[in-house]
Amino acid sequence: MKLPPFDYASPTSITDAVALLAAGKGEARLLAGGQSLLPVMAFRLANPALLIDMRKIPDLQTIAVDDRGVRLGALVRWCDIANSPALKKALPLLPNAIEHVAHYAIQTRGTVGGSLGHADPAAEFPGLAVTCDAMIEIEGSAGRREMPANTLFTGPLQTSLGHDDIIVAIRFPPWPADRKWAFEEFSRRHGDFALAAIAVFYDLDDSGRIANAHVGVIAATDKPTRLPTAEAALNGQMPNSECFIAASEAAAQACNPSADIHASADYRRSLVRTLLTRALRKTLN
Amino acid sequence: MRTTFHVNQRAVSVDVSPRMTLGDCLRHELKLTGTHIACEHGVCGACTVIVDGEAVRSCLTLAVQADGTYITTIEGLSDGEALSPLQLAFRKHHALQCGFCTPGILTTLHAFLTHNPDADENAIRNVLSGNLCRCTGYVSIIAAAMEARSAYRAGAIAR
Repeated sequence: MKLPPFDYASPTSITDAVALLAAGKGEARLLAGGQSLLPVMAFRLANPALLIDMRKIPDLQTIAVDDRGVRLGALVRWCDIANSPALKKALPLLPNAIEHVAHYAIQTRGTVGGSLGHADPAAEFPGLAVTCDAMIEIEGSAGRREMPANTLFTGPLQTSLGHDDIIVAIRFPPWPADRKWAFEEFSRRHGDFALAAIAVFYDLDDSGRIANAHVGVIAATDKPTRLPTAEAALNGQMPNSECFIAASEAAAQACNPSADIHASADYRRSLVRTLLTRALRKTLN
Repeated sequence: MRTTFHVNQRAVSVDVSPRMTLGDCLRHELKLTGTHIACEHGVCGACTVIVDGEAVRSCLTLAVQADGTYITTIEGLSDGEALSPLQLAFRKHHALQCGFCTPGILTTLHAFLTHNPDADENAIRNVLSGNLCRCTGYVSIIAAAMEARSAYRAGAIAR
C-alpha cells in the first residue's frame, strides 16, 4: 500500500531532533534507514504525524574501535559492518551474524539504531546487543544517558525509550582475541526473518574450562534474551558434547515461543535446541 | 516539498509530498516507468534502483530522502539501444520470461557486480534471494550473472 500522509523534517543536529520529537508528543517518529518503519507504515501498523529524518545529523555513521571496545553510531548500516576489516578483528561475532540480516538492497539502507528502536524480536542486531552486554547511548530532553541493551527491549516492537529519546550509539565491551563464539540461524530463505537464532560465546579459564558463557536467543522469545540456565550448564565445564547437549536442552526448556503462520511453538523450541548444539560445536573449530 | 537529484546523469527537481516513495516519483513524476513497483514493502525487489552506487529499494526510500543523490535506473544501464554486458548476458541466457522482476534484478546485479566482480555463485545466489522471480527458476539468471562478471572485472560501465 501507499504510505499514509505525514509531515517531514530533516534536522541537522541531535538537539533539534530531540526538540522536534518532544514537540511531537508521541506522534513523531525518527526515520533512519526506513527499512522497517516504512513497511510498518505501508501496512498502517504505524501512522506518525511527523517523520524526523536523521540523515543530515553528523557523526552518527562512525565505527570506532579502541581498547574500550566497539562503538557504532546509530546510522551505521549493515553494509558498513560487513565492509569493516576492523570489526572482523574487534568483534567477529557481529559481521558474521549480520550476514543474516535481510537482503542485499536492504543492507545498504538499514541501520543499527533503526533496528534497536524497532525492536523486532526476530531481528539479529537487538539479540547481539543483549547477548554481548552492549550499552545504548541515548539523548533526550533531559540530556544524554546510557542503558544496558537488556533493559531497552520490553516486548515485541516495544522499548523503554521515552517519546523524545534518540538512540545515538551502541557500545560493545572489549572482545578477547581468543574468545570462542558462534552464530546460528534458521530461516526459510536467505535474508528472511529468523524462525530462531542463537548467538553464543565463552572464554576458557586456565584449566581449559568454560567461563563467562553468554547464550542469547533470537525469534523464539517475545524479546531478545540471554538464557541463564543454558549458561549455567556451560560454565565450569570442559567444552564437550555432554555439556553442549545439556545446555541446549536447558535452552529449549527456558524458551516459551509463540506460534504463528511461520512456525509452531514446538518447532521453534526444537530449533533453539538444535541451533545451540550446532553453534557450540562450531566454537570448537 | 522539493527534492532535487540526478537520475541517469540528468539533473531533476520535483515537488512531491513527503509520503511519495522514490519509486513512485521515478514512475509518475519523471515518467521513468522501467522501474517496477510490486509489493511496496521491500520484499520483492522489483523496484530496486541504484542510489549513490548502491542497490536500494525505491519503495522503501522516500523521494525527499533522495535529495542530493545520484540515481541510476534501468533506463540508465544501456547506452541508448546498445545493451550493457549484463543485459546482453541476460538475452543470451534467456534470463527473463515475463520481465516484470527484471529491472530490479539488473540494477541489483549491476551494483553488486560493480562492487564484487569476483563474486562466486553462492554469493550471487544470496544476493538474488532478495529479488523474487516466478518465471525463470533463477538458473538462467545465475548463468547470465556469472558470465557478465568478466565485463565487470574489466571495469565495465560504471554509469
